[in-house]
Amino acid sequence: MDPMEIALQLQTAFPDEVRKIDEFRGQVSVTVRKNRIRDIMSRLWAEPEYYFDFLEDLCGADYLGKKEPRFEVVYNLHSMKHSHKIRIRAEVSETDCFIDSVTTVWAGANWHERECYDLFGIQFIGHPDHRRILLPEDWEGHPLRKDYPVKSDLGEHEWPGFKAVVETSKRNRRYEVR
Amino acid sequence: MITVEPQGPVEVEQGIKIIPGANTIIASVDKLVNWGRLSSLWPATFGLACCAIEMMTTGSAHYDLDRLGVIFRGSPRQADAIIIAGTVTKKMSPIVRRVYDQMPEPRYVIAMGTCACSGGIFNSYSTVQGADAFLPVDVYIPGCPPRPEALMEGLIKLQEKIRQEHFKWSAWR
Repeated sequence: MDPMEIALQLQTAFPDEVRKIDEFRGQVSVTVRKNRIRDIMSRLWAEPEYYFDFLEDLCGADYLGKKEPRFEVVYNLHSMKHSHKIRIRAEVSETDCFIDSVTTVWAGANWHERECYDLFGIQFIGHPDHRRILLPEDWEGHPLRKDYPVKSDLGEHEWPGFKAVVETSKRNRRYEVR
Repeated sequence: MITVEPQGPVEVEQGIKIIPGANTIIASVDKLVNWGRLSSLWPATFGLACCAIEMMTTGSAHYDLDRLGVIFRGSPRQADAIIIAGTVTKKMSPIVRRVYDQMPEPRYVIAMGTCACSGGIFNSYSTVQGADAFLPVDVYIPGCPPRPEALMEGLIKLQEKIRQEHFKWSAWR
């Protein structure tokens, strides 16, 4: 099926949720509100003409200062049977920084949602294992947000584990034979 | 009557003498100990990222490290050098420090690759800007990754550094 047709059918099925439809060089992306995301995804997965059984990627995006709402969770879907793709972008605002988890639809969303939570701070309601995946458990902050410092020197907000290592090395320097 | 004059010690290198007839070598303990240590440098493998591939290549057949006496040991307890090959992240830094602390003395640290020397091209929230932030490094080998020849030169430089050591072999060092 033509992805643009799928997008338009989605718009008729969910008229309040679909905000806009973009198309660029054959790639169709549908921007939706986040409130019925699980219904939208279940429909895209189950409907025989769509049959999006492969969640290629789930990632976050931060549009600080560029648009409201601030965050977007982007789902790239592919259908193995029909070989068509579509992109769904769910808007997430900074104040209500949560969205329903789609792990009930695609099990592979598990680690992608954990990464999105780890690096952007977007909570996924209903996620079976909601914790950080890349950074240490006691890390404070969400580094891929646009207002997070870029360079290595984090000053006072440095991870306490690393500060402890530097302290140990300074203390043990007395015992080094050089 | 044929008399053969007994020969005295002959200096072959600076500080090393041999007595030809008596099969004897006279040298200082420093020289003996340093020669033993540099000729059998057993590093603990600590390949973190891409530099590990170059380290493996240098250890394998074409660029053979075994001819320098280098045998990679799996446990830091049995190693006398550690080659930090790759980017050190902040999450990994306590583990690197723990492995280094487990090594018995004398121990040497080689920082291989620009990430281990100075953080490399990665200056971000998660990377440590050089292993020398929390480890005393002896030899820095720049390169991204350093060629096997460069790693060998780094090891040979470490060997030369060990050759210059003085009185590091007793309890009162």
